[in-house]
Amino acid sequence: MTVLKTENGFANPDAAYEALVEAHRRASEAESAALNARLVLILSNHIGDLAVLKEAISLARKAG
Amino acid sequence: MNRPAANKTVYQFGYRRSADQDAAKPARRPVVIVGAGPVGLTAAIDLAKRGIPAVILDDADRIGEGSRAICFSKRSLEIMDRLGLGDRLVEKGVVWQLGKVFLGEHQVYSFDLLPETGHRMPAFINLQQYYLEGYLVERAVELPLIDLRWRNRVTAVGKHDGFVRLTIETPEGQYELDTDWCLACDGARSKVRDCLGLKFEGHTFEERFLIADVKMSAEYPTERWFWFDPPFHSGQSALLHRQPDNVWRIDLQLGPDADPEEEKKPERVLPRLERMLGERKFELEWVSVYRFNCARLKKFLHGRVIFVGDSAHQVSPFGARGANSGIQDAENLVWKLALVLNGEAPESLLESYDLERGQAADENIGHSTRSTDFIAPRTKQERVLRNAVLQLAPHAAFARRMVNSGRLSVASEYDSPLTTPDREDFGGSARLGLPVPDAPLEDSGGKRFLLQTLTEDFQLLYVKDGARPNVPEGLRMTAIGEDLIDREGIFTQRFDATPGAAYLLRPDHHLCARMRSYNGNRIRDALARAKGLAK
Ligand SMILES: Cc1cc2nc3c(=O)[nH]c(=O)nc-3n(C[C@H](O)[C@H](O)[C@H](O)COP(=O)(O)OP(=O)(O)OC[C@H]3O[C@@H](n4cnc5c(N)ncnc54)[C@H](O)[C@@H]3O)c2cc1C
Repeated sequence: MTVLKTENGFANPDAAYEALVEAHRRASEAESAALNARLVLILSNHIGDLAVLKEAISLARKAG
Repeated sequence: MNRPAANKTVYQFGYRRSADQDAAKPARRPVVIVGAGPVGLTAAIDLAKRGIPAVILDDADRIGEGSRAICFSKRSLEIMDRLGLGDRLVEKGVVWQLGKVFLGEHQVYSFDLLPETGHRMPAFINLQQYYLEGYLVERAVELPLIDLRWRNRVTAVGKHDGFVRLTIETPEGQYELDTDWCLACDGARSKVRDCLGLKFEGHTFEERFLIADVKMSAEYPTERWFWFDPPFHSGQSALLHRQPDNVWRIDLQLGPDADPEEEKKPERVLPRLERMLGERKFELEWVSVYRFNCARLKKFLHGRVIFVGDSAHQVSPFGARGANSGIQDAENLVWKLALVLNGEAPESLLESYDLERGQAADENIGHSTRSTDFIAPRTKQERVLRNAVLQLAPHAAFARRMVNSGRLSVASEYDSPLTTPDREDFGGSARLGLPVPDAPLEDSGGKRFLLQTLTEDFQLLYVKDGARPNVPEGLRMTAIGEDLIDREGIFTQRFDATPGAAYLLRPDHHLCARMRSYNGNRIRDALARAKGLAK
């Protein structure tokens, strides 16, 4: 059963991508990794649903 | 275990020859317990309270000083209270319930393990394990049904049809002893487990920890303080916790590459502690360097050999789930074994020990593994994620909740075939499968806590509504509102009690059935089910 949304959710997806890129620009590799980790935690908690999180993890794994 | 810095003997016992050593053929006992640690002693005392004699064999003859368990949970104290040691433990122990977690110098998280009143026992006490063992031994020797044999080392275990034969080494040579049931309470390195060729499956954590007990007079509060990346021990973690006699437990994380022999040397230990404790004068009581394991036997029940405590499962100490779970193992097993030995329940009842305490072991291993992984991440990327939680903690409540310095031991909730499912809705903190919550009540003699009034048998709490019902023979009933008065209304609230409601408690005080209005047939069925008699 799929609960993870994979359809486009943003009104302006390009702007969302830009915001993420912007956050990493000029950061070192270590800073970027740390920033990503904090982001993942913040967003996971915002979703607040273990099933969705696990599906997201498996999609991320599969795609890599 | 590591040798103590100053190997002081706290209690010394003597070897005494037993008549069994001179018997022409091996004597036969109903129960032999291998190991006089906290778990074996608890089991023996509980058996004696149920009229079952037990022999305890232990290879040592002393209880030495050493840094092992210090934190004993409310549930352990409740069990010890039933065995007659509650007051003594609480009197000697340091009572605590608050934990604080610091990142650097700043507090990021705190927890209160018992935010409500109306309980006889505190959330936790800290007490050196040797005191608990000493008190248990003193209690055991008062009981004529217990035959405690020091310097009796079990060297071989033979499984036979209907009994187990133990080969025992003493200072005066070897003898054999037969038993209907052998309780293997011989700790994490169990010889009995080796003799049966059983695998102890799990994980060893790479990280090394320095555990030091120091004596000092200090004004720190009696709270559990845990630091990630403290200024005095950069990049690592540290723990500070008070014990009786002005002794403080200090854990310092050392990293996976630390050399255990080097790290134990005073010239290495003292500067580390001075950085933490500053100008304060202190004395080293004990130092050891540990690497922790989480492991368990797949099954705890192997015919007539039953594994209890650390021999069955081992956890890392973050969360204080070792001795505390072993004590609950002992209590869970003993009432069942007593029913089986008395012919009141089938042997298959013991399967529920395996099931219920197996669930508890998985839960404890899960918690202690997650805590250890948080404290000592296994990979670089895990560390990045862990540090992200710590960095967010001052800013976001969700991250504070993720900070894991140990989730402290609470009673296990059993999902068990011995439990009769609810047919009606119940609220309150009483839950099927959990031990019943305590509550302040009154009887003709004055104030009494609920748990003080409970016995060693199955019992029914009935909320009075008219005449007393006729309960099945042999079942003890307490009427709330007649035998015990709930003046403060706390019982009513915790049990979501309404007039006529009935609650069936197992001998270990776990709630196994309840109903909104007393029904004799339902109680009889629930009782049969809880004794493993249901088809
Ligand atoms: C640093 C540290 C901190 C800890 N902190 C806590 C805590 O705060 N709270 C908590 O609950 N737990 C804690 N623990 C775990 C706790 O110490 C153990 O879980 C507990 O001791 C297990 O009790 P036991 O009776 O099963 O085994 P043990 O205490 O190991 O006792 C086994 C007994 O069997 C005897 N024996 C062994 N082999 C034989 C043989 N062949 N023949 C006869 N006798 C034998 C031994 O002499 C010993 O007396 C901690 C452990 C460590 C190392």
